[in-house]
Amino acid sequence: MAQKYKIGTAAIFETEAQVLKAAHKVRTMGFTKFDAITPYPVHGMEEAVGIKRSWIPYVTFVMGVVGCSSGWLLTWWTSAVNWPLNIGGKPFHSLPAFIPIMFELTILFAALSSVATLLYVCGLPRVNPPIIHPDLTSHKFGIFIPQDDTGYDAAKVEELFRSLGASEIKKAEF
Amino acid sequence: MMKRNPLVLGHKNLKDITEDIVAPVESFPSKGWLGLFLSAKTLLIFYIITLGIVVGTGIGLLGVNHPNAWGTMIVTFVFWIGIGHAGTLISAILFLFRQKWRTSVARTAEAMTVFAVMTAGLFPLLHTGRPWLDFWLFPYPNQRGPLWVNFRSPLLWDVFAVSTYATVSMVFWYIGMIPDFATIRDRAKNKIRYMVYGALSMGWRGRARDWSHYEMVYLLLAGLSTPLVLSVHTIVSFDFAVSNLPGWHTTIFPPYFVAGAIFSGFGMVVTLMTLVRIGFPEFKNYITLDHMEVMNKIIMATGLMVGYAYGSEFFVAWYSGNLYERAVFVNRAFGDYGWSYWCMISCNVIIPQLFWFKSVRRSIPIMFIISIFVNIGMWFERFVITVTSLHHDFLPSNWGNYAWSPYDTAILVGSFGMFLTLFLLYLRLFPAISIAEIKPVINVGYETEEGGHH
Repeated sequence: MAQKYKIGTAAIFETEAQVLKAAHKVRTMGFTKFDAITPYPVHGMEEAVGIKRSWIPYVTFVMGVVGCSSGWLLTWWTSAVNWPLNIGGKPFHSLPAFIPIMFELTILFAALSSVATLLYVCGLPRVNPPIIHPDLTSHKFGIFIPQDDTGYDAAKVEELFRSLGASEIKKAEF
Repeated sequence: MMKRNPLVLGHKNLKDITEDIVAPVESFPSKGWLGLFLSAKTLLIFYIITLGIVVGTGIGLLGVNHPNAWGTMIVTFVFWIGIGHAGTLISAILFLFRQKWRTSVARTAEAMTVFAVMTAGLFPLLHTGRPWLDFWLFPYPNQRGPLWVNFRSPLLWDVFAVSTYATVSMVFWYIGMIPDFATIRDRAKNKIRYMVYGALSMGWRGRARDWSHYEMVYLLLAGLSTPLVLSVHTIVSFDFAVSNLPGWHTTIFPPYFVAGAIFSGFGMVVTLMTLVRIGFPEFKNYITLDHMEVMNKIIMATGLMVGYAYGSEFFVAWYSGNLYERAVFVNRAFGDYGWSYWCMISCNVIIPQLFWFKSVRRSIPIMFIISIFVNIGMWFERFVITVTSLHHDFLPSNWGNYAWSPYDTAILVGSFGMFLTLFLLYLRLFPAISIAEIKPVINVGYETEEGGHH
């Protein structure tokens, strides 16, 4: 799929504390479309960047319910409706015996749909995305402000990043 | 206040961690690895040939016969599926309990789960005797009525449990690796590595928004895997417990099987981790003696639970007043297969008691040997449960011994070839410790001036 990337200014920071401070500062400056790029989930970054709690659990819950009901529908329809067979004199719709199937399908649906949703919201899979700096997945931290963000001015942004202690500032596509 | 021991030794910084963990992926294999791999691969080829002969000729080549319709295939299936459980316990349950030490062993333990489940999964499929008809196990619309599978049968529950478990644990494992694949991609110097790991990483870039969702999904998967792993061995135990056979028909089976599974799984984790520490000396800073000691404590605790279950089974057999129940248990300990029972007791209950001593818990050679005994003992446990109950049930006219054949030995030994080949490949191709997960815990146990968040 064709992906659109934005042009903007990126800064590279050497430590976690710096990038947290920088993200917080950039946010208070009024930028809203910026992104922090970190090699691992940084504690406190959600608050600094202003990210709301992930809504994926709602998907998980709904799909779990769907999985459970499909397990019930499948077992009930096949065993009691479509071809009822008398097995050991048990009722055609022997719910206790169907619980394991319902349970496993609950887990299966919930887990796979959570993962599918994760991939969807993160825009994955993505072929050859632009990478600001190869060390951003290893030991450096980055902040990227796209040029369409409110109040974006290349010179001012550069000045801001420099005052925050960025070790490297560059024009980038992200 | 108690001082915590560092989780990562050697005052590593973020860059060191990346380099240490990625090193096996980026470097040429050592002679030791190559030697192990070639042996494992030879064993795998031997396994494939054995399975070919068994499938081509028929299941009768194994020792299964009239009273003992379940044999090596089922015993070894339960053995391998049990081993898988420790991986999910470490990666999911300890994650929910916020046990930070799990981080360095979680990836490899999960890999072990995935490969153990793959190894296990073959056995019930082959045990059907006509593996080309195994799709009959799934409820699909067919032209025979449609005639559906029997959802009241524990064997069918097992189909659903094991296939769900295999799928979810594989997805959990893979999701955990995505950021690490991106790390390898970004470091790649040559084109092929860039392309392969780029594809595996799916184009992950580590944006704060991605991490926020990612952490949530990781938590959700841990929360879903926890009841799942408990359900899987519960359902495996239902294969036995739902029948009316003395020795199988007991309510203690689900917790007993789950405890045994965790016990055997940790045995295998310790076996593999001691080897990983020898093969990749740099990993000793990540998988420290403290980690090994904690796992040995879990082995001891679950070993005691298993021991309790063995005792409780005997007590209930006596207390029930049921003649057949009593006879089966007396026969289990003192009958034709008494040797396997005592082998199980000594490996699972007596030998792990050595872990009461701190020096034993922290000695790599001793824990390796004990973990091997645990593996042996847990295979025998399943043998004892399956064969001693079947071979001596109600009527003397229905008694008979299992006819162990060279093919039984061959598939049991060969299955290790499959498991080890996959595991050795994993150690070389995938980052064996979670890079993104270990970085936030490097400050644990160190005094930090800035940036520490604990």
